[in-house]
Amino acid sequence: MAVDVFSNFQPKDLLFLGEAALRTLNISVVAISIGTIFGVTFGWLMSLGNRFLTFIINVFLDVFRSVPLIIQLILFDSFISILGYPLPAFYSGTIVLSVYTAALVANVARGGIEAVPPGLRWASRSLGMNYWQDLRCIVFPVGLRAVLPSWVGVALSVMKDSALVSVIGYIELLKASQILITRTQDVFLILTIAGLFYFALSYPISKASEYAEKRWQQ
Amino acid sequence: MIEINKLKKSFGDLEVLKGIDLSVNNGEVLSVIGSSGSGKSTLLYCINALESINGGEIIVDGTSVHKKGTDLNKLRQNIGMVFQQFNMFPHLTAQENVALAPRKVKRLSKKAALDLAAEQLDFVGLSDKLNNYPSALSGGQQQRVAIARALAMKPSYMLFDEATSALDPELVGEVEDTMKKLAKEGMTMILVTHEINFARDVSDRIAFFHQGKMEEIAEPEELINNPKSEHTKKFLANVR
Repeated sequence: MAVDVFSNFQPKDLLFLGEAALRTLNISVVAISIGTIFGVTFGWLMSLGNRFLTFIINVFLDVFRSVPLIIQLILFDSFISILGYPLPAFYSGTIVLSVYTAALVANVARGGIEAVPPGLRWASRSLGMNYWQDLRCIVFPVGLRAVLPSWVGVALSVMKDSALVSVIGYIELLKASQILITRTQDVFLILTIAGLFYFALSYPISKASEYAEKRWQQ
Repeated sequence: MIEINKLKKSFGDLEVLKGIDLSVNNGEVLSVIGSSGSGKSTLLYCINALESINGGEIIVDGTSVHKKGTDLNKLRQNIGMVFQQFNMFPHLTAQENVALAPRKVKRLSKKAALDLAAEQLDFVGLSDKLNNYPSALSGGQQQRVAIARALAMKPSYMLFDEATSALDPELVGEVEDTMKKLAKEGMTMILVTHEINFARDVSDRIAFFHQGKMEEIAEPEELINNPKSEHTKKFLANVR
């Protein structure tokens, strides 16, 4: 009996792809959330107008923006292994992807904060609101409206870039597709299905932001 | 009472206030006139410490505004300010704009703050616009919401920084009427304005500023009909 190396696409393969899509969703949601929190913090620090602080943060962010993500992943994963603290691919992937997201979100957040007209801040402060109340009640909500489309752009690109985490052994959607392609040799069908999964992951985010923008435009 | 002693303020090398002495009594309405760049708007921003100062002192109800340790958030609650550009919070309705500070600063309950906001908006004649966002309000309406927003903190003083100069001419009246109504109720007000006739109607005294100095201060009829300084004469001749 011949070993069954190549076989056609089967229903259970769809499940395999579906699980991989969930892993893509999982790592993306975690990395985008953590990255956004740090990114907004960096963006806020840069908006304070302290040149030295801004310079330091910019150097740090530039490193993570300019070195290709795939290199960051391999370097980080190897580095912690050499140090003797190897992490599961999900964790090291999440760490690298979060820092990468933070680097991208920082500039978006800074832009949002600086897009808030100074007059609004005078108005809130003149009413007796303190710095943090102004930040939370005026600057963040008004700034968010200005940069939501940019943030969605970052989030969607990070979700697609999460495919690169496969280089350190995380079987997400694209890697799972490659595995199936190798087995079935059916490139067209499998990539179409993978594409549909990516679309299904992105579409709700785009739609939600579109809806929010429309609502805010009242 | 607001007392200003030898107030100096510079932006870089440019000295915009060169030693101002002025006091405003409770219940008084003072208008400040003068050409652009005379420092009159800067004076208002110094009074509630949105701008720092470079010399002298401002005392509001016995509290030295710019002294270290002064609780500015507390002080500002007592000094309402209305800006040339309205500065309504664009993401909140008219009612929410007015209710925000009472809620956050005075810790009123949501319902109490919204009720207070409705009351204040009624005072400025906008009880039918509670749920409108700023983008759905005219400039005059936005400015009246801004007045209501400041009044909701129950301030003892109100500062108006050219409150009508960004408005279309046909909308100036409604905002001026609101300010007059407020003056009649005995609010202590400082108005920076270009509208000489309005200043004459509403003020107890008018001060004329020229290049960072207060050239002249007098009762409206006196200052307008019988100006002492050459600069005041020239300014009045130009605006009429």
